[in-house]
Parts: sequence; C-alpha cells; structure tokens
Amino acid sequence: MQNNILICGVGGQGIVLTSKLIAAAAMAKDIPVMSAETIGMAQKGGSVFSFLRLGENLHCPMFPEKSADILIAFEPAEAVRMLPYLKETGRIVLNTHPIMPVTAALSGSDYTGTEMIAYLQKHVPEISMLDADAACRELGSPKVLNMIMLGAAVRQNVLPFTIEEIEEIMRRTVKPQFVEMNCRALRYEA
Amino acid sequence: MHKEFLMGNAAIARGAIAAGLNLVCGYPGTPSTEVLETAAKANDGSLYVEWSVNEKAALELGAGAAYCGARSMVTMKQVGLNVASDPLMSLAYIGVKGGMVILVADDPGPISSQTEQDTRTFAAYSKLPCFDPTSVQEAYDMISEAFAYSERYHTPVLFRPTTRICHGYASVTVKDTEEYLHNQPEGFVRDPSKWVIFPRLSYQAHISIEARNAALSQVFSEYPHNELRPASETGCRKGIATQGISYTYAMEALEGKPAPAVLKIATPFPFPEQLAVEFLQNLDEVLCIEELDPVIERELIYVCGKYHLNVTVRGKLTHDVRNAGENTCASAAHDIAEFMGWALPESAKADAAPALPVRPPVLCAGCPHRASFYAVKQAMKGKKSVFCGDIGCYTLGNAMPLDMVDTCLCMGAGVNITQGIGKIEPDTNCFAFVGDSTFFASAITGAVNAVYNQANMTLVILDNSTTAMTGHQPHPGTGRTMMGEIVEKVSIEAVLRGVGVKTVETVNPLDLQAAIDCVKRVSAESGVKAIIFKSPCAVLIKPEKPAVIDPEKCTQCGRCIKSLGCPGIVRKDGKAAIEQALCTGCGLCAQVCPFHAISAGGEG
Repeated sequence: MQNNILICGVGGQGIVLTSKLIAAAAMAKDIPVMSAETIGMAQKGGSVFSFLRLGENLHCPMFPEKSADILIAFEPAEAVRMLPYLKETGRIVLNTHPIMPVTAALSGSDYTGTEMIAYLQKHVPEISMLDADAACRELGSPKVLNMIMLGAAVRQNVLPFTIEEIEEIMRRTVKPQFVEMNCRALRYEA
Repeated sequence: MHKEFLMGNAAIARGAIAAGLNLVCGYPGTPSTEVLETAAKANDGSLYVEWSVNEKAALELGAGAAYCGARSMVTMKQVGLNVASDPLMSLAYIGVKGGMVILVADDPGPISSQTEQDTRTFAAYSKLPCFDPTSVQEAYDMISEAFAYSERYHTPVLFRPTTRICHGYASVTVKDTEEYLHNQPEGFVRDPSKWVIFPRLSYQAHISIEARNAALSQVFSEYPHNELRPASETGCRKGIATQGISYTYAMEALEGKPAPAVLKIATPFPFPEQLAVEFLQNLDEVLCIEELDPVIERELIYVCGKYHLNVTVRGKLTHDVRNAGENTCASAAHDIAEFMGWALPESAKADAAPALPVRPPVLCAGCPHRASFYAVKQAMKGKKSVFCGDIGCYTLGNAMPLDMVDTCLCMGAGVNITQGIGKIEPDTNCFAFVGDSTFFASAITGAVNAVYNQANMTLVILDNSTTAMTGHQPHPGTGRTMMGEIVEKVSIEAVLRGVGVKTVETVNPLDLQAAIDCVKRVSAESGVKAIIFKSPCAVLIKPEKPAVIDPEKCTQCGRCIKSLGCPGIVRKDGKAAIEQALCTGCGLCAQVCPFHAISAGGEG
C-alpha cells in the first residue's frame, strides 16, 4: 500500500511544516516515508510544493504525473498548477482563499481565484473546499492555516492516520501554549 | 541502528559524524548548505566546525587537518569547487593522511546556480575518486565508505550528491551513538619529502596516481553500491545505465514491467570498467540516463571500443536524452519507453487551464537592498552608468522596476568587470554592487586590483550583516562563528581603507535622501571609492508597524508601486494599499511618495 500526497501553496503558508507533520506521523507508525520540496529562493512569495510518499518499496520522493492520491492545496491557482499530478480518482482539499502574486500590483493582474475554483470543480469530481483563511480568523490565529488544512485532509480517509494520531504528533512539536489552538484547528469543520 | 526522517544533507552530515569526523568546513551554497549546519547542530564539542571565507580557504583548512590524520570534510556547491580548484588539483598529487571528503553538491536545472557543471567530470580531470549516491539512505551509507577509501588510498575523495538527494527527505536507518567510530588524529608529522610539492615529487606522484586509479577501477567493479541487475527476462538484449536520483526515476518507470538489464554507477571515477564489460557483453543497445554530463555514456562507448563490443550506446550524445537540465520521473519514463519500444506514457492533459499567476522570486518587503538600488538609480539618473551585480539576494535587483543589475557572472566578479568596462569606456560611471558575505569571500582582491591599477569606480557594499541568500549564515563581519563564539567583527570599512581606498562612506539606505546625496557626492570623486549601505536583513529584525496610506492625500499616482516594486504595497480596487502581513514598516515608500500620503510605521 502506497500513498502519494502532494501539498502545494505559496511561500509562508506552512506547507513544509505540514509535510513534516505527516512524515512524523508515518514514522510513528513505522511506515517508510520520503519527501521532496521547494527550498531556498523560490520560497520568497513563490509557488511551494511538497511531494510525500508513504509505504513500502519506495524508489524516489517525487512521483510522476497522475499519481497523487490527494492534493492538499493551500491556494486555488497553485492547485491548478499541480493538478496534472493528481490521479484520475484522486481528491483535492482546497483552501479557496486566493493569494495575489507579489508582482500583481506592477503587472496589473486581476487574479481573484474564482476561475481557478471553477476549473477545479469542472475537472475534479472529489473536491472538498473551505475558506481556511476565514477559518483562521474565526479561530483567532493566522498561524493555524496548515492545521486546518491538515485536519480537512485527514477527514478524507485517504491518509493512513486518524486525527488523534496527528494530534499526538502535533503535541510533541508545538509549544504547550499553542496545543489547544492547534487541536481546535485540526478539528475545525466549516 | 534506528530510523530517523532526515534531509539528504542532514544524513550526509550524520553519516560523516558516525564515521569519526574531526573537522568540517565549507562555504554556504545551495544545495549543499545544510550539511555543515547539521554538523554544527549535532556537535557534541568533539568536532571543529567553521564557515570559511570561501571554498579555497575551506579546502586548504580541511587539507591541513587531514595532514594531521584528522578525518575532515569540506562542503560546497559545484561552482564553489571552481574557487577551490587550485588547492584541489595540487592536493590530488600530495594526498592526505586522515580521510578527507570534499562534498560538492551539483545542481541540475540549474535551480539556483550559474552553471550546470558536473563534478564527476571534475573528478576525472583532477584524477580523484568520486562517489555519487542514488538516495538519502545510500548517501548516509556511502559517506563513511568514502572516508575509508580516502584513508586507505591516502587521497582526498569527492562526494557528489545532486539537489534531489541533498534536499530530499527519507526515513533512514542510522547508527546509534554507541556505534560511532572515533578517530584520534596522530598530529602533523614533519616530512618535507611528502608535504612540500615540487616538480620531481609531482612527476612521481602522477605515476602512482595513474596506477592507483587503475587499481581502484578494479576495486570499484566489486563495490556493492555499483550494481548490475540482470534483465528480468532472458533474451532481452537492452540495458539501462544510470546514476544518482535518475536511477530511482528509472526504477520507478520499470516498476511492474519486463525490465531490461540495469547498471547503477555509484563511483563514476575511476569507472568500474570490468563491471561495465559484464553489463555490456550480453547487450545490443544501452540507454544512459544521467545528470549532467554524458559521463557514463562516454565511458561505455570507450569500454565498447576497448573490448570490441558491438553495442549501440544511446543517451545525450545521440540526442535520445535531453542534454541539459534536470531529469524527472516523467522524462525518465518517456526516454525508457521510447528506448524499449513501449507505448509512451500519457501526460496529463492540461485542457485549457486558465492562465496561472506567475510568482517570480523578488526582494522581500522591507529589504534594504531595494532602497540601496533605488538610491543609486536616483543619484545617477541621466548619467552614463553601468551597474555590475554579483551573487546573492541582491541579484534580484535586476527585476523590474528597479532594473539595476547590468552584469552578473560569478562570486566577486562585478568589482573587476566594472574596472574592465571603465578601461574601455572611461566616460561611464562604473559601479559594482557586492554583498557583505561575497565581499569577504572574493571581492577584496578585486578592490586591491582597482586601487593598484588606478581604476575609476564606485564599490557599493550591500551590508545586511548576514549571508541572506543561503539562509543567514554568519561571516567574518558578523562576529559569530559556527563554534558559538562571539568574536571581533572584521570591519569592511577598515579592510577597504587598509587596501588604499581613501573615500569610504557608510550610510543607511533607508534614509533615502542621505543615501542619494551620498551616492552623488562619492561617485563624483575620481579613483576608487566605496559606499557601505548598512542595514540589517529584513527577515532577521523585528518588523515595525506597517506603513499607513492616507486616502485623503493619496492621488493614486502609483509612484510607490511603479518605482519600488515592493511586495508590501498592492493595488486594491485600483488604489495603493499596504499588505499588512508583509509590510515591515521600513518607510521607503513614505519617502518616495510625492504627496506625503504614506506614513512609516514606527515601532511595532
């Protein structure tokens, strides 16, 4: 049994940390894991992705197109960018909140995300959408975006973990005063 | 033994420590940087760790340690090896006593480098053994073997991971601390006939190097990480020769298929010739999938010629495989399918996807380099000028609207290039921009050259007190070392004055008018003069309150956006607006606004 997971978004959204948590959860269950992600200059407001593979007999951390079981997309345009990697039967967890490119003010781009969402809805049967940025405001912390997305992903029953197992890993990595907030974020349902 | 989830670079560092590493030094450079950082973090006090000023200094330091019998490792990216090539070429003749691994990370793509040079080719040129791992686990396992080979054959060895190994993560089986080797260096034993290079010694050394490499080729044919996997079905007369991460892409592509023979090369130099003969003798046709140069391909063609084997060798030289850039799972699957005569893998159809927003890397909001470039641009408006850039975050000063980088070549080149332009075009105002870390790494000699040879130029030091591009490593100007010591800072101004630069002015670029006046004043002088723009990297300081735009005063002229290109200012409903999450309150836009509509943040 292998799981191919693709997490994507924009630098600063906590993509890499989300990937690390999933990997740690896999390690805790003795599931072999590999990952690869954008590092360095591209992180500055750029498109960020993390490929994760769980299971036996893994060759490489990156997987070919049409291989991801789940695409955890923190931003609509980034979801479209990485869509070729999704299996035909794969599913998307999508944060509907768009992020303008940093150069938009200069180039006069009118990107709003709506056409991206429409495109995804047309092409992907299994899509679960939420405005995770609004959820952050509701929960009162801009820093739990990744936990909200991770919780939503776990509820798709594609990853080999329960919310409780993720929570256990999170407790080990997060400062005690932030545990409660992160638990609420993991369990947030719109 | 236990399992840990490790980045490739971390696995290399941990493997080296488990092999009894005594000293590690290097210069930061993507994708190699985390090796040394991991070693510093894991240091129990028994290891000496330093960021050296450049790769040449690091390699010489590592050599000195290895002369004493220490196990030393020197880390750098591929272009760093160019800087270190002078000591490298000679050290190959002198050799070492303790194991010495020169870790050189290659960057296919290139993703963040100037060149796609291949350290395997450098290995053959320098005649040094080279190790090329295919996975994070293999990198961990092979680094200790690299030390053992180095010691056994008294030679430095190269270790050459590529970006996807360096920055890939995997659950890796690692040694428990009780299993670590401990190396007690004997110390330097004086022996001028061994450690002093002379033509006669080099002649003799050359003879023994050639003999050693011939022997190593035999040894490496038995090396377990060089693998020959027979075809899954007898009668298949095709084979695939591969290395590095491309090997895993090939294995991925062959999953569940009647596989051809596969040759995995983990020691590209000396090439395991006998193993290659064994691979080739039952084949008609071979496809080579490798990054970056056609190293395996050329070796196999050579072996075919030498042993009269009638095998067609395909790869980059025959244009069956792309000869530039990075391989991917998809490219390997495609190339293999074409070679095997299989149906080509379908690529996902991008059926009229909407135009995607482009997200190019830009200078951060509040980055002081933006202010520095803008100040020089304003001061030199209408004057014939050239702006030579260099390697670092500030290369991004090339982007619109700043558009302030006319040349960029390699570390420290700008200061000399601008001199060359000035000698041919004396009426041009010649500028060279260099960051603080790059200044220490390789621009000081350029400054001396300019003073001695009577150049007419302005040297602009962009001093943000860190090595920002590679993740904020300390350097001589920061007063911190990788051993955790607080030491006296090396003053850039004192260095410049010491080498004879008479005019050296230091100014805060975020004080825009003062900065512009400074540039006008200093650049008008003749000879070599310097401006130090001093302001810390925006990522490292606590941001001030975001700037505020007064809607009453804002005329929507767009000057703030069009002149600065700061990600902290966006257009909302046609009007300039501050992006609260990004703005650091640096106040540059407030100084640019002709209507005083923006007020700077103040303390947050």
